[in-house]
Amino acid sequence: MSKKLLLKDAHIEGIRFYETYRKQGGYEAVEKALKMTPTEIVEEVKTSGLRGRGGAGFPTGLKWSFLAKPEGVPRYLVVNADESEPGTFKDRYLMEFLPHLMIEGMIISSFALGAHTAYIYIRGEYSWIPDILDEAIEEAKKAGFLGTNILGTGYDLEIFVHRGAGAYICGEETALLESLEGKRGNPRLKPPFPAVKGLWECPTVVNNVETIAAVVPIINMTGAEYAKIGVGKSTGTKLISACGNINKPGVYEIDMTISVEEFIYSEEYCGGIANGKKLKACIPGGSSVPIIPANLLLKTINGEPRIMNYESLADGGFATGSMMGSGGFIVLDEDQSIVKHTLTLAHFYMHESCGQCTPCREGTGWMWRILKNIHSGKGTLADIDLLWDVQRKIEGNTICPLGDAAAWPVAAAIRHFRDEFEWYIDNPEALTRNYGLANYADPIPVAALAE
Amino acid sequence: MSETIAFKPETLDQVHKIIKRYPEGKQKSALLPVLHLAQTDFGGWLDVPVMDYVAEILNIKPIEVYEVATFYSMFNMKPVGKYVLEVCQTGPCMISGSDKIINHIKETLNIKNGETSADGLFTLKTAECLGACGYAPMMQLGKFYHEHLTTEKVDEILELCRQGQVALD
Repeated sequence: MSKKLLLKDAHIEGIRFYETYRKQGGYEAVEKALKMTPTEIVEEVKTSGLRGRGGAGFPTGLKWSFLAKPEGVPRYLVVNADESEPGTFKDRYLMEFLPHLMIEGMIISSFALGAHTAYIYIRGEYSWIPDILDEAIEEAKKAGFLGTNILGTGYDLEIFVHRGAGAYICGEETALLESLEGKRGNPRLKPPFPAVKGLWECPTVVNNVETIAAVVPIINMTGAEYAKIGVGKSTGTKLISACGNINKPGVYEIDMTISVEEFIYSEEYCGGIANGKKLKACIPGGSSVPIIPANLLLKTINGEPRIMNYESLADGGFATGSMMGSGGFIVLDEDQSIVKHTLTLAHFYMHESCGQCTPCREGTGWMWRILKNIHSGKGTLADIDLLWDVQRKIEGNTICPLGDAAAWPVAAAIRHFRDEFEWYIDNPEALTRNYGLANYADPIPVAALAE
Repeated sequence: MSETIAFKPETLDQVHKIIKRYPEGKQKSALLPVLHLAQTDFGGWLDVPVMDYVAEILNIKPIEVYEVATFYSMFNMKPVGKYVLEVCQTGPCMISGSDKIINHIKETLNIKNGETSADGLFTLKTAECLGACGYAPMMQLGKFYHEHLTTEKVDEILELCRQGQVALD
C-alpha cells in the first residue's frame, strides 16, 4: 500500500473545517516554518526533489530560487487551480475536501518567497469551491494563521480567491497571469519569466495546487525524508485521477513505486476494466500526453514492467512511451474508437486555442476537420498523411505548449493505431461497427449512432 | 435598453469588495469576477449596455470588456434559458457515454446545441472538459455539477427544473 501524505486524513469527517484539521496536526508545519528562515525553507523543498504537479514536472525548489528580489517591489504567489486538462480532477478533490492543506502550504510558500499577497486562480466552472475556500481562509485568519503579524512573527499575508471564466489556456502560467490582470488569456513570450516579471510586472511564482499542498508534509517530515519516498527523480507521492472504462474511477495517492498493471487491476486502485472488457489503450497523464496501446502501457519496449512515475512512463520517448503529465489517467476499453476519441480531443484543442499563434489557431481547426472527415466515412488514405503533416507543423512552433499538447495526441494515435484509421477509410462498416482489439468489431450502440 | 442598468445595492457592495483584493490602480483585475456577477444579475447573458456599465464601474474602456467577455466560454453573448444545461463532451465523458446524454436532451427538448427550448426554460450548451472525468457523464447547471448521468436521471432533473426545484446558486 502506498504511503499517503496528502490524503491521509481525507476520510475524516469534518476535515474541511479548521478545528478538525487542526486536531489532526494541521498548521504545525506553519508553526515550524515560521521559525525557519525563508532560505532554509527553499533548501528543504530543493532537497525534497518535489517536481511541479501540474504537468510539466519542473523542480519546485529550483523554480522558487529563480524568483527575483528587487528592493521595494512586491512579490506574489499565485496558485494555479485552473485544472482543465481532460482527465484531471485531483486539485478539485484537494480544494473541496482539504482546503486547509492548500492554505497551509500557501502560507509556508509565501513566507519562503517573501510574498504578502497570494492569489488562488480557480477555474470558473468550479463555482461552488470558492465558497469553501473563502470559509477556510476566514477560519485560518481567525486562528491567527493569516492576516497581519502571523503568530507574532511580524509576517503579514492575505490570500484571495480569483475565479476564471472558462478557458483551458489559462492553466498556462503566463496566460493565467494575463487573465488575473483582467485580460484575455493570451500566453506571454518568455523571457522574461514570471519569476522576474509576472503579475503586474512583479516577480511571481505560479505553482499547482498539489505542489503547494506537498510543501506541508515536506516541512513536517523534512525534505530529506520526503526524498526517500518514491524512486529516482520521482520523489514523494503523486495524486492520480483515474477515469474512463475502469471499475473504480477516482483520485488516488501513489508513492510512484507501483506498477501500471497493479494500478489498473488491483482492488486498491482502479479495480480492473469495467464490464469485464479488455484494456485497449490509455492516456496516462492527461489528454495532452501520447496515448499508448495496452502492450506498451503495461511493459516498456524492453519488456520491463512500467511503473507509475515520471521516468518509467516516459521510457521509450514518444516512440513507445508517454508521460506522467498531470496524473489524469484515462483508460479506454476494447469498445472505444481511437478515431472518435482523437476527434473529441481535436475539438477540445480547437475550442481552447487562444488564437494568438497561426500554427495552433489554424492547425487545430484543420486537424479537427480532417478527423471529422475520417470519422464520418469520407476520408481518404492521404488524409492520414495530411493529418500527420499538420500536427508536425504545429509542434514547437507556438508561443506556449498548447500547440504541442494539441499535436501529441493526434501524432500518438496515428503512430500506434494507424491500422484503425485505415480501417475507417477503407471500410464502410466503420460507421456501424467498432474496430475492437483485433478487428473483431462489435456493433456500435444505437444511441451513439443517432448523433 | 430603456431601463437604467445598475447592480443591486448588495451586488455593488460585493463589487467594491472584489476591487479591494487588487492593488490600487489594478482594478481591471476584477473584470472576470465582476462579469460573473453581471451575468447573474442581468438575465444570464452579457448585453452590450451591460458590458458598457461594467467598463464604467471599473474605469476601463468598453473594448477591454468586450474582448474579454467574448474570449471566455462561461460568458453568454446572447440570451439563454433559465436553465443552461452544460454537458461535457470531451474524451473521458465521451467514452463514458456523453453522446447518449446529449442526444437525449436534444430529442426531449427538441433543440440543437446552442438553442433554447420553446418554453424559454432550457438551453443546451455542450462544454469542454469540466474536471469531473471520474464521475462522467456529467453536466453543469448553474453553480453545481450533476454527475453519473443516465437518461433517466436527466429526465428527473428536467422535471425538477420545470417545478423550480433545482438550485442554480
